[in-house]
Amino acid sequence: MPIHEKTLIRPENLVSHDELVIDGVDVSGHWSTFIKPRTITDYNEEMQAEIAALPGGENIHRCWQCGSCTNSCTMNAVNPEFNPRYWIYLIRQGLEEELLRDKDIIWQCVSCNKCTYACPRDVVPEAVMKATAHWLELKGHTGESLSSVFDRGFTDNVVHSGKIEEGHVLRIFFWRTGQPLAPPWLRDLILGLVKKLPVFYLYNLLKTAVLRPKTRGWGKTGAAIEDYVRERHAEQAAALGLSGKGGH
Amino acid sequence: MAKDMTEQDLTSDPKDKNLKQVAYYPGCALEGTGHAYNRSTKAVGKALGLELVEVKDWNCCGAMEVKNIDPQVQTYLSARNLTKTEEMGFDVVMAPCNGCYHNLKKAEYDLAHNPQAVEANERISAKAGHPAYQPGRVETIHALDWLKRAVGEKELARRTAGKLKGMKIANYYGCMYTRPRHIFPDKDQGAGSESTHAPHFMDDLLASAGAENVDFPLKTACCGGAHAMSDADTSTQLVLNILTTAEACGAEVIATECPTCHTSLEIHQLRAEKLLGRKTNVKILYFTQLLGMALGLSQRKVGVAENMADPRVYLKERGLR
Repeated sequence: MPIHEKTLIRPENLVSHDELVIDGVDVSGHWSTFIKPRTITDYNEEMQAEIAALPGGENIHRCWQCGSCTNSCTMNAVNPEFNPRYWIYLIRQGLEEELLRDKDIIWQCVSCNKCTYACPRDVVPEAVMKATAHWLELKGHTGESLSSVFDRGFTDNVVHSGKIEEGHVLRIFFWRTGQPLAPPWLRDLILGLVKKLPVFYLYNLLKTAVLRPKTRGWGKTGAAIEDYVRERHAEQAAALGLSGKGGH
Repeated sequence: MAKDMTEQDLTSDPKDKNLKQVAYYPGCALEGTGHAYNRSTKAVGKALGLELVEVKDWNCCGAMEVKNIDPQVQTYLSARNLTKTEEMGFDVVMAPCNGCYHNLKKAEYDLAHNPQAVEANERISAKAGHPAYQPGRVETIHALDWLKRAVGEKELARRTAGKLKGMKIANYYGCMYTRPRHIFPDKDQGAGSESTHAPHFMDDLLASAGAENVDFPLKTACCGGAHAMSDADTSTQLVLNILTTAEACGAEVIATECPTCHTSLEIHQLRAEKLLGRKTNVKILYFTQLLGMALGLSQRKVGVAENMADPRVYLKERGLR
């Protein structure tokens, strides 16, 4: 498959000389650009198995590189570097270094499921993107993404109360990511809204913020979920050779 | 043959008697930012003689977030609500939020097809002290299915008398209502069923109230709702695309049927204006707010004051008070 050859024509792999004659042939200038030869020796042969061991990564081996995922991708339309088809290719080949070039954008998958809808092989690319983003975090290639911080705060709230209170989830998110309690645009928005809302609605908002909704009879449920997640995360850490470090 | 089909068409306006009283799963968003959706859905139900019985002791379905911590926990959370529905003696639960609707449907599918999901659901349910949900016991429907099947366009047309006449609407369904298709076995089943690539239930309902639906190519585009806060710039870009396309198609209103989409469109409409100087005038309203007003309910009754891009003056001009 010729797909990875695009890496060869990156600027750093191209060489041209202002004046160069080889065996009597003038190969100067742009028209005689050379592509540097490349030998790959650093395949990560574990990468596919590791990502397949994380939730959502299970079907990655089914991919036959048709590109329907990238073609339908919401994020690819925003940023052409966001390329699920290519990342799946890299993971299956074990081309870790190449994957790491995009490590800071993979988490941006918005879970619109267009790829999963389009995929003829049931790879579930959306879930593969999430598994890949988690793999990058677990392996220490990236810090915890803003999305993961949000997911964690949200899930903590659900496990604790059975329900979420949106204001609480937001406050936790801003606090954990070190952002001001509300960015200026959000503060303006809230203030604008408060001015025109009926009093009873504001009263309700305030009441929810103070009393935090909770599912009646939630009891042992939260603890049951925590146990399950702990076990699963320990299994996953073991599959990635990270035993002892615990979950994400 | 042709004659038969015509006759069938005339009589096929579906009225599902079983849906006159259904279990109601509002979900967390409808108790918070989607309060107007909750309020207008209940008001529309009441006006049409449909009864909604809230699921007792319901919990969060997991939304877009819990699956990223563990997908099976999300399946369990959704399945618990189906158990609660069953315990109340209902076999249909209506969820107006796309996220809830999607997750309940997905739990139903996963528990019938994925042994790992079944195992997790049984394990957590046992520890939590309630029976594990068995697939096939409860049908999850969306508010769109509910109104389409329990009332139908003919009855709505009669009750609304074309009150939305001339209102140009872009119907926006978002992601979770149609994707991925395998969790929605009732969709794409030919005439009368919902389509996953070109959904039309909301179009049908609003058209029956007289609205003029514009040809809108981004019905199932993504608003970036999952990352509305964690990747706000991307969301603003995605939303701005939806808003400007709706306006280019001639829409005055974007009708929504999901609190996450609705809030994301509203927040990022304002954010695009404040940060990028890109102002759009299209109004964003829940389809239940529009139907409620078409049924003669006041703006107040359907919670219009809670909408951020204040539509009150526009609606007044349209004769909807």
